[in-house]
Formats: sequence, C-alpha cells, structure tokens
Amino acid sequence: MTRDPARTARAAAILAGLGVAAWLVVLNFGALGAVAWRAEGLTALRGADWAAVRFTLVQALLSAALSVALAVPIARALARRRFIGRDALIMLMGAPFILPTLVAVLGLLAVFGRAGLVNQGLEGLGLARLNIFGLHGVVLAHVFYNLPLATRILLQGWAAIPAERFRLGATLGFGPRDNFRQLEWPMLRDLVPGAFLVIFLICLTSFSVALTMGGGPRATTVELAIYQAFRFDFDMGRAAMLALVQFGLCAGAGVLAWRMALPSGLGGGMDRPVQRFDTGTAGLRLWDGALIVGGALFLLVPLALVVMRGAPHVVGLPVEVWQAAGRSLVVALGATGVTLAMTLALAHAVLIAGDARGAVLEWLGLAALAASPLVIGTGLYLLIRPLANPRDFALVVTMLVNAGMALPFALRLILPGLREVVASQGRLADSLGLHGWARLRIVTLPRLRRPLGFAAGLTAALSMGDLGVIMLFAEREGATLPMQLYRLMTAYRLDDAAGAALVLLGASLALFWIFDKWGRGFAEA
Amino acid sequence: MTRPLYATIAALTLAGAAQADTLTVLAPDYFGSSWGPGPAIKEGFEARCDCTLEFRTGDVLPRLMLDGARLQGDVIIGLGTDELLRARQTGLFADHGQDLSPLSVPVTWEDDIFIPFNWSYVAFVYDQTRLETPPASFAELIERDDISLIWQDPRSSGAGLALLLWVDQLYGDDALGIWENLAAKTVTVTAGWSEAYGMFTNGEADMVLSYTTSPAYHIMDEDDDTKAAAIFDEGHYFTAEAAGILAGAAQPELARDFLAYILSDEFQQMIATANWSYPSALPREEWPEVFRDLPLPETAIFLTEDEADARRSPALAHWLDGMTR
Repeated sequence: MTRDPARTARAAAILAGLGVAAWLVVLNFGALGAVAWRAEGLTALRGADWAAVRFTLVQALLSAALSVALAVPIARALARRRFIGRDALIMLMGAPFILPTLVAVLGLLAVFGRAGLVNQGLEGLGLARLNIFGLHGVVLAHVFYNLPLATRILLQGWAAIPAERFRLGATLGFGPRDNFRQLEWPMLRDLVPGAFLVIFLICLTSFSVALTMGGGPRATTVELAIYQAFRFDFDMGRAAMLALVQFGLCAGAGVLAWRMALPSGLGGGMDRPVQRFDTGTAGLRLWDGALIVGGALFLLVPLALVVMRGAPHVVGLPVEVWQAAGRSLVVALGATGVTLAMTLALAHAVLIAGDARGAVLEWLGLAALAASPLVIGTGLYLLIRPLANPRDFALVVTMLVNAGMALPFALRLILPGLREVVASQGRLADSLGLHGWARLRIVTLPRLRRPLGFAAGLTAALSMGDLGVIMLFAEREGATLPMQLYRLMTAYRLDDAAGAALVLLGASLALFWIFDKWGRGFAEA
Repeated sequence: MTRPLYATIAALTLAGAAQADTLTVLAPDYFGSSWGPGPAIKEGFEARCDCTLEFRTGDVLPRLMLDGARLQGDVIIGLGTDELLRARQTGLFADHGQDLSPLSVPVTWEDDIFIPFNWSYVAFVYDQTRLETPPASFAELIERDDISLIWQDPRSSGAGLALLLWVDQLYGDDALGIWENLAAKTVTVTAGWSEAYGMFTNGEADMVLSYTTSPAYHIMDEDDDTKAAAIFDEGHYFTAEAAGILAGAAQPELARDFLAYILSDEFQQMIATANWSYPSALPREEWPEVFRDLPLPETAIFLTEDEADARRSPALAHWLDGMTR
C-alpha cells in the first residue's frame, strides 16, 4: 500500500485542528454547561438584564466602530511614513492594550479625570470642567484600550501588500487616492470586519471598565449582570442564561462580520521591503504627521503618567512582587507556546475544511472572546473538582485559559497570512512534494514570521496581565503579578501597587517587544 | 554519594509528617497575603498548637456554595456579616463551643456557629486638605451640593452592599429619592473597593465609601493624617468578619483551639494593625493609640441576618430605580 504524503499531511492537519476545536468547545461551552448543570437548569432573565444587554450592545458597537475608524487613518499614516523612532513608537502605542484594565483606567483618569491634566488645563484657562464619566467615558476607555490593537492589525495588513504592487502603481502614476482605491481598500475590506468584530467582542465582555467609566449602574453590562447573578443572588441558572445571551450576541456579530469580509486576492510578491512612492505633498505630510502625533499623545500620555506614578516605588518593592513576576512570566511563556501551536493547527484546518466548515471552525476560535471569564473559571472549577483538587492546577489552568483567550487574536493575525501563503506558494510547494513538517518549516513559518511574532507578543503580554480565572483557583503561594497588585491595593499599599503596576507594564512590554522584534526581523518594519 | 542526602531528606519529611497535624483554614485572598493578617496569625497559632496552620485562600462564600459538602478544610475565616445567613443555610458548620463573653463588639452577638474576629463601620472617608467641612450627618450629605462621591456597587462589593442596607435602614421607602439625590453627587460607582479607593486617593472625588478605620493605615504606615472618616449623627452600618468550624473538619479539636485563639488577647492585639479594623474581643482601652483616637460613631446600625436578607432585594430595586432615573 502506498501512502500519499499530501493526503497524510492533510489528514494530520485536520485532526490537529479538530483536536483544538474540541478543546475550545470544552473550554467555552463545557464550562458553561457545568455551571448550568450545577444550577439544575437555566433561569429566565429579568427586565434589568435586558437593559444590560441593550447597554452592552450600544457601547460595544460605538467603541468598536470608533476604534477602527480612527485606526484606519493612523495606520495609513504610519504605513507610508518613515521617521526616526518609528519602530519604538509603534511598539509603545501598542501598550494600552496589554495593560491590566485597572491600571489603564487609572492612567486614563490621570489625563481625563476630575483631577486630570485636561481638567487642570481647562480650569487654568477659566473654562468649564469636562465630565468623563458616562457612555462617552466608556467609549473613550475602550478606544484607548483597543485603538492600539486595531492600528496594529491594520498596519499588519499594509505590510502584507506586496512591494511590487506599489511599484507597479508608481509606474502607472498612482497618487495616494489611486493607491487607496486599488491597493489599500481591498486590503481594508478584508481586515476591517475582522478587526471590528474582535474589538466588538472585547467590549462586549467588559465589566469593571464599563461600570467605572460609565458612572454607575446605568452602565451595567451583561458581564456585570453575570457577576451579580453569581455573587449577589447566587443564581447560577441566571448566570448561565446570561452567558448564553453573551454567546448569542457574539454569534450574531460573527455572522455579520463574516458576510462583510472579502478576501483581498492581491496575489503574492517577492517579500521585498515596501518602498512608497505616494508620500506626496507637504499638506499630506502635515496631515499624516498630525495623525501620528495625535494618536501618540492620546495613547502615550496616560502611560507616561502610570510610569511616573510607579517609578519611585519600584526599587522598594517587596520580594513577593518579584517572585510573582517570575511566576507570571512562566505562565505567559507557556500560554504563548500553547496558543501558537493551537492557532497554527486551527488555521490550517480552517483553510483545508473549506468555506462553510472553515467558517464554523473560525467562529469557534473567536468564541473565547465572548465567553465570560467568571463562567469559564467557575465552570472549569466544577469540571475539575470531581477529578482532582483544582488548586493543584491553578497555574496550568491559568495558562490554558489564557491560551484560549489569546487564540482569537492570534487566529485573526495568522489566518490571513496563511491564506496568502497557501495561495501564493501552495502550488509550488505541492509540485516540489513539500508536505507536513518540512513544508511548515521551509515554506509556511518563514512567511508567517511577522504575524507569528506579533501574535506571540500579544499573547505573552495579555497572559502576563490577566487576572481572569486565577482568583478562583490560586493558592496563597501561587499568586501571579496581577494578583499581587490587587493584594497590595487591598492592603492600602497604593504606592507599592503603583510600583507593581509599572513592573507589570515593563514586563508585558518587554515580552511583546522581544517577540514582535523577532517577527519583524526579516523585513523593514 | 547522593544517597545520604536522599536519606536525610526522606527522614526529615517523614519526621515532619508524623509530628505535626495540619489545620486547614479557608480565608479570603487578602487574608493570606504577606500584607494581610495571615502570616502573623499562622506564626502565633503554630507556636501554641504544635501543629501546622495552612491557609487556603480564595473567595470564601462562592467556594462554600460551589463545593458544598465536598469542601475540605477545618475552619472558614473572613465571612462578612451580610454573608452569614447564606453560609449558615448550607448546613456545613458545627458549633464553635466558645464562651462569647470576651466579645467587645458594639452589637449583641449571640451565635453558636460564627464568631466575629474584627469589626468596623462603613463610612465616607475624605481628605481634610480637600474637604474642609465634612457633612456631620447623612441628612447634611443629602442637602449639600458641593460634595462628590465614589462608592462601590452593592451587586459586586461588600462595602457597597453595606451602604445599600445603611440607606435602606435610615430611609426605608424614601430610599428611592435618596438614591436619586446621591446619583447626582456620585462621580462613579466601581465594581470593587480597590478601584474606588485608588480613584479617591488620585483626587477623583471628595469622599469615598470605606471604613471608619481606614484613616488608621494612613496615620500609622504613611505618617499621613489628612485622611479622616466623616461621622454621621444617624449612626453607621456595622460590619464584621467572622469565623466558623466546618462540620466535616478533619481536625475538630484544633479547629476549636483556633476559634479560642481568635478570642485570645494575642490574636486580638494583632488585628488592628494587620487588618486595619477594630478587634472584636478587646476593650477600647487596649486598642493601639491611633485606633483609640479615631472618632467613633455613637450608634451602630446592625441588621440581623434575616432582616438583612429580607431587605436586600427590595433595597436593590430602589437603588437601581433611583440611580438610573
């Protein structure tokens, strides 16, 4: 019997993808099922719950729309300009997304809050104070948090337009407008719905930020209603029902985005550095410059204030903080490895499985974003409980859950690249008989290095700052850095907490920078 | 060459296992952290019990409810007064068997199951450099229109729940209007205590919902005497954290010893500065000076757990109506 290596590789890829899909089903729906089962059924929702659903939808739609709408011109400006410190700026501008939300909110309030810089300025000028709390505050915080992600996803798209296209455009006398219509618009058409969806889903599960910036119970989101069902009413049936509603919203948004997205079909290139010929007039230069400076100020000033607040207290930090930082580092690196492996497996399976089935797999990969961390944590606790002491697995569970949570981002970043590789190099590789590991190593991975590096950096940084499920599982000795940060705050040690927040920011950024730098090692950024 | 080392380790491990019983105490996360009261309590108890005390930390009530009869451990410490009824209803606790006469809490505490180990009042804390004349009563707070507040959501925070029941107790059916009034003064409502307190210290509001004992931390650990709690004429809502023995305890003897230790002078002396709250069984004369000097409300507002449970949902409905109108 002869074995066809192409078929074997295909079967292996599908198997691996299905394995990942099965784990995601357990993680997202098994945990939910366990909660519903423990509750002995679902409970009907109340009027206030539906108000929470409405608010959740409105704020998530506005936040995602504004984040993407601002990201397009900023990413475009960054894509066609070269200046000193550009790499560092792009790296730093990504930072808000990887901050723990509490730290991000405090940083933002240091700028826009009652005692913040903006209001001090307004007061100095004799003008009325700005009130940041309300729906606009929720949207501002979510844009602060997600604009970096949207910008980076779109920059990735610009970087993926083959240099030959711009060259060809230049010989045809394309100006900025033609480039936009012919080259950039198709790319945006491909990427924007996905970026919008991811951010919409992130905002959908927002809880503490929405409440704090929303100014009170008017800003109740579904996730807060879940929290209330758990903690105030101890009604797990309602918690499970609300989690289902959250999944329903996610599924609806997913279907819409999937129908809007179109593959760009730009074709392959020679992986040459992009040289732009449409950098245009002084007016255009000014416009791009203003966008870049504006975006940088919006994102970096709050960060700078976090740094200034924490810097004096880093040296005196208790040793437990550094130990926790080490533990978080291990969790982050572990989660990164797991995420990349799972994402590659799932992405291959998505492409092999074809349109409809592939879309189901892709949606499953995104589902973790819509899952309630509280439900997942509780559900996993209930699932592990009959088998073993969940506390013995705190760090492993945290790692796996973080991987599940980061997978949606990684998948969004890696899938378009992989699709491109298959389209441009697939037939050549087939004709050379390259399959399986060899193909992955020689053809696929080198071309995916940029999104892989970015995805790895994002995963590592996100896991570093995640508080999520660990609170239900962790033992006294197993605290991660975000846990220690909260413990310090609970013990009134706000100065130490500010120092710990800076350590967290530094560690997250360093991880992000190392992986991202590795990814960008090949091409000019 | 490595054998002697292995042998030594094995011998030490065996000796350790044979010698000491382990008392497992379930406690909130803050309790076991290096900055909480846990480490000193562990040291103190181990010195007198010839045993090992192990804290298992995490959210205590949810774990009690999730694990039910499977819950392993001997003692639970850190249940808030407003959580006691639900903990009691699990039927998982045994009598503590202690004489409660040493208790010095400002309310009548007769309970065969739970013993309070600390207590405090919820109060609005302010910065004296930013707010020169604090309101002297809840009524004055309602009248004033120059004060901004940050507090916690009753659905997710113990202090928030205490404020909910405080207002409900003071104003009953008029609470709806009170919440409407407070909504206008409120900068924002946060999910947890940390966010609110952090925002207050950063200057986001004039007052923050916390405890009458909060200023003690700033005075004793930071040499900062600008923070104070506004004392209201109507009285303040009393909260305490309690401990109880699990019926399925593997070490019932040690568990009872531990509850006796809670009422001991040594334990009580530690609570004030380790927990930033009042000790539950220590006369005021023996509190640390800073705590003695803190202004103390004259009236304690305390709901029995049945009353508190009955009022929770209607009070929350008023709150939600008033705050979102």
